[in-house]
Order: sequence, then C-alpha cells, then structure tokens
Amino acid sequence: MVTIKVNGTSHRLDVENETPLLWVLREEVGLTGTKYGCGIAQCGACTVHVNGQAMRSCAVTIGGLDGAEVTTIEGLSSDSRHPVQQAWLAEQVPQCGYCQSGQIMATAAYLKSNPNPSDADIDANLTNICRCGTYERLRRAVHRAAALMRT
Amino acid sequence: MTINLSRRSFITTTLTAGGGFALGIGIGETAEAATLSVRPWGDEAARYPGEINAWVVINPDDSVIIRYGRAEMGQGSFTALPQILTEELECDWAFVKPEYASANRNLRDNKVYGSLSTGGSRAVRETGEMVQQAGASARERLIAAAAKRWNVPAQDCVAAMSKVTHKPTGRTFRFGELAAEAAAIKLDKEPAIKTPDAFKFIGQRIARLDVPLKINGTAMYGIDLAVPDMVQAAIMACPVFGGTVKSVDERAIAGRRGNLQVVKLKDAVAVVADRYFRAKAALDALAIEWEVGAAGATDSAQFRKAYIDALDQKGADARHDGNVDAAMPTAAKVIEATYDVPIIAHAPMEPLNAIAHVLPDRVDVWVGTQNADLALTFAAQASGVKPESVFIHNTFSGGGFGRRLRPDEVAQAVAVAKAIGKPVKLIWSREEEIRQGRYRTQAAIRFKAGFAADGTAIALDMRNSAGSSNPQNARNGLDPQTTQGLSNTAYKLPNLRVVSILKNTHVPLGPWRAPGHSQNVFFVESFIDEMAHAVGKDPVALRRELLAHRPDFQRVLDLLVDKGDWGKPMPAGKGRGIAIHDSYDSVVGMIAEVAVANGEVKVERVVIACDCGVVVNPRGVETQLEGGMIYGLSAALFGEITIKNGRVEQGNFDTYPVVRLKDAPKTEVYLTPTAGKKWGGVGEPGATMIQPAVTNAIFAATGKRLRSLPIRGQNLTGAA
Repeated sequence: MVTIKVNGTSHRLDVENETPLLWVLREEVGLTGTKYGCGIAQCGACTVHVNGQAMRSCAVTIGGLDGAEVTTIEGLSSDSRHPVQQAWLAEQVPQCGYCQSGQIMATAAYLKSNPNPSDADIDANLTNICRCGTYERLRRAVHRAAALMRT
Repeated sequence: MTINLSRRSFITTTLTAGGGFALGIGIGETAEAATLSVRPWGDEAARYPGEINAWVVINPDDSVIIRYGRAEMGQGSFTALPQILTEELECDWAFVKPEYASANRNLRDNKVYGSLSTGGSRAVRETGEMVQQAGASARERLIAAAAKRWNVPAQDCVAAMSKVTHKPTGRTFRFGELAAEAAAIKLDKEPAIKTPDAFKFIGQRIARLDVPLKINGTAMYGIDLAVPDMVQAAIMACPVFGGTVKSVDERAIAGRRGNLQVVKLKDAVAVVADRYFRAKAALDALAIEWEVGAAGATDSAQFRKAYIDALDQKGADARHDGNVDAAMPTAAKVIEATYDVPIIAHAPMEPLNAIAHVLPDRVDVWVGTQNADLALTFAAQASGVKPESVFIHNTFSGGGFGRRLRPDEVAQAVAVAKAIGKPVKLIWSREEEIRQGRYRTQAAIRFKAGFAADGTAIALDMRNSAGSSNPQNARNGLDPQTTQGLSNTAYKLPNLRVVSILKNTHVPLGPWRAPGHSQNVFFVESFIDEMAHAVGKDPVALRRELLAHRPDFQRVLDLLVDKGDWGKPMPAGKGRGIAIHDSYDSVVGMIAEVAVANGEVKVERVVIACDCGVVVNPRGVETQLEGGMIYGLSAALFGEITIKNGRVEQGNFDTYPVVRLKDAPKTEVYLTPTAGKKWGGVGEPGATMIQPAVTNAIFAATGKRLRSLPIRGQNLTGAA
C-alpha cells in the first residue's frame, strides 16, 4: 500500500510497486489530463510535478512514491488562470492539444528555476514533443508566462 | 452481459460517469470564446426538436449546435466551420457549439452530412459552402417564422446576434423562441450564400473553441473515456505485416493480478485486464510465436534497391505534354539525377485506441477517428451486426496526419469486445503505433532535363516508382495519389512527361500528411534547383520563368523574396533554400535558412508565404502552415522506418526521433490571398516544401546535394 497526495487529496493505493505513476493517475485516481505518449520518458506528454519537480510519470514507479505530493494539470490551478495557462490561451498554443498538459506542466516547473529564460534556455530545457508543431507559439508563450510570473 | 440499463440511460450515465469531470465549458476569453463541450458528440438516441436541417440545431435557450462532419485532430476546423456558419446564420458566436455529426445517421439518412472522412485538407475547402448554405437557410427560416408570427413581410425583418428584428417597429424574437416554428417553414427557394466581399465574421482572428479545454486537461480524447463495466486491453499484431498468430504460451502470466484474459485474433494477440498497465505488462510477458511467411526474409536495403531498379521498368504515363522523346535529343545540355525516400510513420501523439461495446443487436464505439464512416463499416464487419445498428462516437483526436483515416484499432476493439462479452478499451502502445503503421511509401524518381543552347529548359522527364495505399483501386497502372505533385506540377515546359511505376511490398501503406506531394515535392523542388544551377540561373529566377503563366505563384515568390531576404549575403556555412508548390488549392512557398557546422545542420529560420484564397481565420491558416512545416521537417531531418526480417526496427521516439523545440526554426508566415479565389486547404501543404527548402539550403551552404532523406546520418561535408 502506497499513499500519495494528488492535487491536495490523499489516495491510498493498492497497486503493484512497479506500476508507473502515469497509469495510477489515469486509472486509479481517475485524472486523465495526464497523457500517455511513449511510456519511456521520451515525449513528456505525461509530465507532472512530484514534490514540486517536473517528472515524466510514465517512467516513475509508484513503489518509491509513498508520501509524495503530486500535482497534475487538473491541480495546477482551479480556474485555468495559472500564468502558464494564461499564456497558452493568449498565444493559442494547442492544436490537437494532446501533448499540452505535459508542455504546460514542464514549463510551469522550469520557470520556477529560471524565471527569465532566453530562447536558447527554452530550447535546451523544454524537451517535450509536439507532433502538431506548435513550437513557435509555445516558445512565445513561455516568454509570456515568464513575464506574467515576474509581475 | 451485466448492463441492463436502457440504452438511453446507459449513454447518459456514460456521459456523466466516464472520467468524473464536470463539463468544463466556456473557460477563458469570454468576449471571444464560445462554449464547447469537452465531449462533443451527441446523444444518438435523443431527438432534436429544434433541428432546422441536418447541420444546424437551434435550441430554445438560443444555443446553436453545428453538426460537424469532420474530425478535430488539431487542424482547427472545429473552429473554422462554426465561424463560417456564424457568418451566415447571424447568430451570437458565444452561442455556437460544434458537435460531431453521427456516422450512423449519415448511413441511414442518405449521406446527409456527405463524407465524414477528414483528409485532403478539405474540411473547409469542401464543406465550407455547405455550412454557409446551412447557415443561410436556417437564418431565412427564422426570419420567415418571425414574420409569420408578426404577420408582416419577411423583407421587413432582419437577423443579427441571434435575434430577428422587425425593422419598422423594433420588435424582436430570440432565435430560440422561433426555432421550433422555423423548423416547419418551407421556403420557395433557398437563399443565396454570401460572396467573400460581404464577409464580416469570416476572416477574423477568432480564438479556437477547443483551446480552453486543452490547457486544463478537460478535453476528452478517446483514450480518456470510460463506460460502465469496461475492461482494458493491450494488443500486439504480428510484427511481420500479413503474418498470423501461430501459438501463445501463457505460462508466464499465470497467477497475475487483474483478471487477465488472452484473446487470440487471426493476426494479433490481446490481453484484457482490469487495468491497462496490467494488460500491457502481461502482453509484454507472453511468449508469442508468429507465422510470418516469405515476408519475414525482407529488409530495407532490398526494398530501396527494388524501388530504384523499378525505374527501369515499363510504366504508365501520368502526364505527357509535347514529346519528350523527340525533344531530349535536340537539347544542348542534359542533366540527370535519381532521388529516393524511405518509408516513414505518422506517430501522432495519441496512440490509436478505441472503446467498443458490442451487443447482439447493437455496437457502440468511442474513438477519435478521421474516418467515422469507415470506422462504422469496420465495426459492422468485425461484429457481424448490421451497419444500421452501429454507432460511432467520435472524440477529439491527439493528432491524425492520415493515420486515423484507417481505423484498424476499431476493428480490433470490436473483435476483442465481442470475444469477451464486455465493453473494452483497447490502447496501442507507442511501439505498436510505430510498428503497425500505414506508412508513407518508399519511393524513387529519375529526372532528366534538357536545355537549349541559351539555357532555356525545353524538356523534363520524370520516372517515378512508388507504392499505392490502395493497390486494388489503381487503374491502368496509375494511382493518382502517388503522382500528386508530379503529374499536376505547375511548371510549364514544352515537353514534360511523368511516368509512374506502381510497386508494393508487404508493408502496408497509407496517406501521410499531403500524400504523394510530401515526397514528390521534395523530388521536384530539389531537381528544379539542380536545373537552375546547371545553367547558372538563380533558383528563384528559373522558377519565375517556368511559372510565368501563374500570377499567384509570382506573387507568392515576390513576398517570399522580400520577407525571406532572398539574395542577401550569408556567412560561410550558412545558406538559404526555396521551394514552392500548389496543392489543395493553395500555393505555398518557403525559404529555409540553415547553418551547417561539423556535419550537423540547424534550420534557423523559415519564412512561409501562402495564397490560399479566402482566409477563414488568419491564425488558423498560420498555425496549420507552421505545424505542417514542423511535421515535414521531422521527416526531412529524421524520418526513416527501416525493415529487417520483415519487421519494423524502430519502436519509439528514441529510435524514431522527431523535431523538438531545439530543432524548431524561428518561423514567419505571410498571406497573400488572391481576391475572390475560393478557400484552399492549408492542413497539408506546409508538410511538403520544407523538405526541399532545407536540402536546397544545405546545397547553398555546402555545395552538397542531398538526393535522399532523411538528412540525419548523411555526410554534409564536401561537394556532391
């Protein structure tokens, strides 16, 4: 039995230790905003925050997470007004949208460590895949979110 | 079966229980944002009393539902088509809500929505005018209903912002108050639709309806849904296409948790469990033997050689202007080159998946598909239930790019659900998605160009070998899709020939974003560059010459040259390349700037110019061109699926890399629409010309001509 807190709510989980956090969130907790894209920590569609750090939840097993605090896209804000979400809306980033939960979660965590990134910083540190090719707008949105967070 | 609720309540329960989310509606920029359901599919059993025609429903509360016949897989027509409807209906944008049209109704009601297939960049191009007509016809009925109530002439009434106003008195009715009566109105003749000069709402930079749902996790994709009593399935089909299941050794999963059940299909093995992660882990642990046949001895090197060798075989003329055989010997100068490309996969972010619920007399499938009509056919075939009793509930798709035009996953989900007698959600792993693609064809081409003594191009001969997505549909040795971009090239020479040699292997093929064009534009636009350099002409100058008859191309070139700094000096190791093409009724050109250092290429900047005629939503056009460009750039830089022992060697993004932020160039898009030209498609064109624009830029930077893709792994140092 493992207990984790997801978006502030405790969940006592009866699952095998090797179960990826991604599937615990989707199938046990019932939060489907976190997406399956590759299963091997390549694409980042499953990015969530574990104790404040961005992690690719498909490659994190539940056994080591007892007591962890997890934030998913559903818990990033209660009203879609987190600065990164506002920036994503303003720049109209999503197309199919499937990768965007992960993009937003990765960006929200990254901007805490680097509140004023350059394009080169963004390119080097935000490595999630988007197949629709929203990168141009995404890069702009990261700058916009950074500006919002600084004010 | 344990489900004993009525069908209606079953679906209703499903819609409220699945996933447990509230219907998060209308979050965000309220001035611009209309409302949109996170689950944009209707209740099949419901009646629509306010339905004015098959396309438009106006409810008593003034909400307007547009029944949307196309998939929303990111391309944005879920916003563009409502925008077109609003223009004609004169409704308040905040009241418009798109929903998927019913494939079942489309079948039973004589194709009332036309084709539900979403491909060929035609959502707006082919549906736009139907939606316009639906809006106009609905508006005139609402006006007629109001006029009847007031007993006044209809021409004294006007519709605006979801109200009909009697101009002389200022009296008004809301659309919702009139909807039921309007539905009964018969018009003497249907109203004419607006011409582009009258558009007010079309052409505006409206925010996408789906974006608010896609920034907070509420948008529901097929993979996110749940129905009562549903179990989960993982599946693996024979890794050698066309092979079958020989045996399955289940000992390794004996005693595992999750109520595991192995389902053997003819060509695939599925494991069903209470949770997907248990099903997937068990599937991975099974020992499966496959019957693979002769295809199990094939590999990519063989196929590449076969497609290039096929260029010497007899083919069929897809086009022949003038007489190439007579003209070529008269040329003062002749150049030749052979190009080829490998097969590539689609890799949409959301792996294929479907939920199937099979009863003896009814089948329901929830799936994000580009082709709901075909999904219905597949589900009927796999279940044995008659098509009239099959219901497809289309969902948001996490990308499609052509892969979701062939719903293989629906046939599988239905077969598994039928076998176990429970609703099943079947999810492909990423590896399955990469290894069971409907790939872009391997292709090769041999060009020969002849020039007169003064450098004028007088003859162009192309011999192309490629595979057909539907070999059984080829006629006289031709599949129009394989020669797209060749046989309809806009370049005009007195002697021009396209010979097509169709060649298929055991590898299943399918349309990949801009099928045909996507490899053929790489071929043609690269060779046009070679032709320019062969006679010492600027690549833009030669294109202008051969496109003198096309003012639209000239204008796109003007804009590109201006915005893209064509001809301006660049430092050593950097170069610009250009490409331009007409597809899906849109002329799109690109200039790519690259830097080559230590044998590595970096695409630094891409400038795109486009004439797609009437623009429904400028931002929609821009994002499609940007996104298409990135999609094509992945193919150019990295795209390669290789076959060994008959099976795909790649399996995930580590071995099938795609463009990430660090690879994504700065991008600018400029539009130069021809006045009065009908709207062209923009979903696909961007994926094509980026490929030659980049390789032409590499040539400009290094003198190295790349005649194969992908770029990765090729030697970029030293002249060709």
